[in-house]
Amino acid sequence: MRGNPEAHEMLAPGNLSAVLELLAAAPGEWTPIAGGTELMVAHAAGRLGARRLVSLWGIRELRFIDSGADTISIGAAATFRDLRAHAGIAAQLPLLAKAASWIGSIANQSRATLGGNLVNGSPAADSSPALLVYDAEIELMSLRGSRRIPYSSFHTGYKRNAMKADELLFAVHIPLRFARHRQYLRKVGTRRAMAISKVALAATALVEDGAIAEVRVAAASMAPFPARLFQTESALLGRTVESSLIDAAREALLAEAQPIDDIRSTAEYRKRVAANLLEEFLKELRREVPLK
Amino acid sequence: MSEYCPAIHFKVNGQRCAVHVPPMKRLLDVLREDLHLTGTKEGCGEGECGSCSVRMNGELVNSCLVPALQAEGANIQTVEGLATDGTLHPLQQAFLDCGGAQCGICTPGMLMAATQLLSINAHPTLGEVREGLAGNLCRCTGFTRIFESVLAAGTESGSPSTQRAADAR
Repeated sequence: MRGNPEAHEMLAPGNLSAVLELLAAAPGEWTPIAGGTELMVAHAAGRLGARRLVSLWGIRELRFIDSGADTISIGAAATFRDLRAHAGIAAQLPLLAKAASWIGSIANQSRATLGGNLVNGSPAADSSPALLVYDAEIELMSLRGSRRIPYSSFHTGYKRNAMKADELLFAVHIPLRFARHRQYLRKVGTRRAMAISKVALAATALVEDGAIAEVRVAAASMAPFPARLFQTESALLGRTVESSLIDAAREALLAEAQPIDDIRSTAEYRKRVAANLLEEFLKELRREVPLK
Repeated sequence: MSEYCPAIHFKVNGQRCAVHVPPMKRLLDVLREDLHLTGTKEGCGEGECGSCSVRMNGELVNSCLVPALQAEGANIQTVEGLATDGTLHPLQQAFLDCGGAQCGICTPGMLMAATQLLSINAHPTLGEVREGLAGNLCRCTGFTRIFESVLAAGTESGSPSTQRAADAR
């Protein structure tokens, strides 16, 4: 333990409005902490910069999963264990259920929250690719009110996001309109469990009359933040699902992706694997389309 | 700041306690230093190895990642809370019988993760044991015997098939 507990102040006001008041009174001064699976690691290593922390753990208004007819809304402080235990998510958002099962160990899943995963903003975040291809929306809240933005515009740079200093991530809203889409999510890491992604790729696509009518592709660890691959999507949209499409898709992905070399992998490996994952998805898609 | 340490109240192994510690002190250190419950071990200190696993409100947590203030009002179970009146918990007995402990540093965490698993799944399969213990690392690499210990404890209260037959009745 290299951190000094006495160097940090921490409050646990226990309700949402009290947290928003703290954030509004001194914007940027308070760092929210939920399950601590990121911040406490930094704390132990002696590199936690935040001096004043406000606890979100135990605030019921932030820990919910609401299943509606056309949307599932997930409170920012819902844990990945909550997500894995939710029948509606398992049935209607299978990619998100799968991603939740990837988060660390059981002990990590019982503390790590969906909001924390997003605000932390790791390029390798496990929940991000699934949320991106499901068109998730982020609801931000402050004393000034709440606003919704597409998740695809939440991350703005490496560990940077669109939140204002007095805002709190309140909830993630996911529309349930992908039931007819082919859905894909695969992560490649050093080993199957408890490993941070070298690369992860998610996709949803709707095929009508043999052609791709709608498609979304998103990746982790292929850019400074988890992101949709819009140019790759454009290369696929409207095209017939046939073998020549695979080469075009690989080419588009390799042109668009900007991974880096780091301790977990190399840019070259990541690009090749991401292209392979996209190819795997397209082959799945092709098997679904009846031959004419 | 250092003199500002409000009392934090919680229950450990059924006993009420109050500690005056900085709110960002790790639950792991509160247990070991303030409450002298040294059964809980520190391994990596970053939530990767599971040595410091305890149960908090019925969920498995890494106590190295829990700030003390977030334990306010919680019900915490540590390895010291497994045996009752000098009688080993069935899991502890199974670890002894099956050679599930070698150097011992991962054992308290393994026991707590296994306790958590058996609390929600009394008769886990090998695959379920492997997933339930995936966050607990054994540096001696004695995983096979650890898994066998948990499976043995899981079958002790009646074999899964007997249990299913009982459920069907």
